[in-house]
Amino acid sequence: MSDPAPDQARAAWQEAYDATKLRDVPFETMSGVPVEPLYGDGPYPGQYPYTRGLHAAGYRSRLWTMRMFAGFGTAEDTNARFKELLRAGGGGLSTAFDMPTLMGRDSDHDWALGEVGHCGVAVDTLADMEDLFADIDLSSVSTSMTINGPAAMIMAMYIAVGEKTGVERSQLAGTIQNDILKEYQAQKEYIFPPRPSMRIVTDMMKFTSTEMPKWHPISISGYHIREAGSNAAQELAFTLANGFAYVEAAVAAGLDIDDFAPRLSFFFNSHSDFFEEIGKFRAARRIWARWMKERYGAKDPRSMMMKFHTQTAGVSLTAQQAEINIGRVAIQALAGALGGTQSLHTDAYDEAMALPTEDAARIALRTQQIVAHETGVTNVVDPLGGAPFVEWMTDEMERRAEDIFAHLLDIGNDSILEGAYAGIDDGYFVGEIADAAYRFEREVNEGKRIIVGVNEFTEGDSGERNLLRIGAEVEEYQLKRLNDVKQRRDNDAVTRVLTQLKTEAADPEINLMPTMIEAVKTFATEGEIVASLEEVFGTYVEKVFL
Amino acid sequence: MSDASTSDPQIRVVLAKLGFDGHDRGIKIVARILRDAGMEVIFLGLRQSYKNVVNAVEQEDADAVGLSMHNASHMTLAPKMVDALAEAGLEVPVIVGGIVPDEDIDPLMKTGVAAILGPGASAEEVAQTVRDAVAAVRGSSPQA
Repeated sequence: MSDPAPDQARAAWQEAYDATKLRDVPFETMSGVPVEPLYGDGPYPGQYPYTRGLHAAGYRSRLWTMRMFAGFGTAEDTNARFKELLRAGGGGLSTAFDMPTLMGRDSDHDWALGEVGHCGVAVDTLADMEDLFADIDLSSVSTSMTINGPAAMIMAMYIAVGEKTGVERSQLAGTIQNDILKEYQAQKEYIFPPRPSMRIVTDMMKFTSTEMPKWHPISISGYHIREAGSNAAQELAFTLANGFAYVEAAVAAGLDIDDFAPRLSFFFNSHSDFFEEIGKFRAARRIWARWMKERYGAKDPRSMMMKFHTQTAGVSLTAQQAEINIGRVAIQALAGALGGTQSLHTDAYDEAMALPTEDAARIALRTQQIVAHETGVTNVVDPLGGAPFVEWMTDEMERRAEDIFAHLLDIGNDSILEGAYAGIDDGYFVGEIADAAYRFEREVNEGKRIIVGVNEFTEGDSGERNLLRIGAEVEEYQLKRLNDVKQRRDNDAVTRVLTQLKTEAADPEINLMPTMIEAVKTFATEGEIVASLEEVFGTYVEKVFL
Repeated sequence: MSDASTSDPQIRVVLAKLGFDGHDRGIKIVARILRDAGMEVIFLGLRQSYKNVVNAVEQEDADAVGLSMHNASHMTLAPKMVDALAEAGLEVPVIVGGIVPDEDIDPLMKTGVAAILGPGASAEEVAQTVRDAVAAVRGSSPQA
């Protein structure tokens, strides 16, 4: 069945295609030339190993989701933005948190000065989460939350908001990033050491698999690995290896692979080297399918189907002649579409310097709308499939990734999970990433690699910048809010629940989620919950590798 | 000036990131650039406090401090670092690298920061900026 004769496979594709409801647009060129949905041979779209895409009809049935990330200032500010987005027809919310929240610290932490509400919304207690989602029906939206170290607390708060507004947790739909491994490797927003962090991740996977069927408990992210300086093959390999590590951890915790794997999703970067990126996306689907089936024994095809979100490469944006970033973003967005992404965020041209202005964010959205509606690339499924260079690049990306998997299996005694721990501990990931970043920088510096506006074609920068600024009043407001909540709450209840949480943390057999939910309901702060868990789990301090 | 600087005693630079900001791609590249330029680099890494940096400068007898800032916190954190070094009686220049919008450059320099390196600075500019900042302090203090 997995390897049907070529004509059977073609017939199966045709049948699936015919059964798909298509978008009501003419599938023809701008000049009126009709085009077929598919060119070339198998393995066909919608068929294992999904190199050519997950669905028989590709973007003919449904375009990618244009998911733009937002969050700034206070919870009330972001709530207003959410409501605007929902009024404009969006069904999905995507939440960015500020640095103190991402690090599991409260707004009154010493280091929070100057960071509160800056690169996202500040959430200290359940009260902030209630403000963030005020007057939004959580049973009718899907919410994506980009947070990792304190993901369990934030998910607990979301569940508590649902309960308070009469929405059962089983009705909550959304995704929490919760990809802790890449924090040690690249993004560096870790709190506890890797092993206790993985215990929390598996607690969340278990909890959602029984209690929250519409919730995606993890989004495995290569984006940050690439931004930290890796090359495309390293991004591909480290990300998939992290995916395998979560699978191994969940299976070891007693979950059945087909119970959770269909709800795993991925997040990749789309950089400027066009064919390399397309090869990377195609290889990612194929590798995931093969490993899930052959190594981990998944039976449900949905466990083998890699869904991913893509964001254009923030790191490729230049501060010099910032407007030309619009060109870069367009090319990267096109690569994402030709790679078959499920959703896409396009960066704003001014993001090398600050959070995007409204105008720049609008241009970024318009850029992907041009790719979707004007270029015609959505008329044909995997339009580049079968091209010798594209197929070679796909194979080459896979081969390079397999070399890295072999290394991780080697240092992990035949376990990718143990290989991930070992590679974090011995500096393998950060060392590889720093080497790749330095190599690229040297090539730019020596003029071997041209970056337009940076080391060539440097004339013409107007020097004018209109940047978004976050005022200090956000910080003042948030500190007052936190103080008020602490005054009003029952401190004995907070102490009791945190004591219980510590006891449970010391017993790896207990799932921490139920008590975590009780804790946030007492208005214990994120920082207090983190500090309690640190007493049991310890605090991760990165070894310095250069 | 590069003739003079090559005969100077080896420059020792403390590199650090203060606070929560985890963007460490730039500072690691700068560390290698300065090392390749013949300097000794004391790389403290992420999540450092002012006190850690002051201690490192004292213990390592460093000539300069390099801070990397990507979270729009340069206006709050960098001046405090300058003050912390001054309070400890340490006369070392503080060089800020990373994302500093144009209109913040003058105000930041007025707080006592010695130099600011923005995106696109070449390896040679990075090394020369450190040499110049160190030379300015050595030139102004006769005991150095």
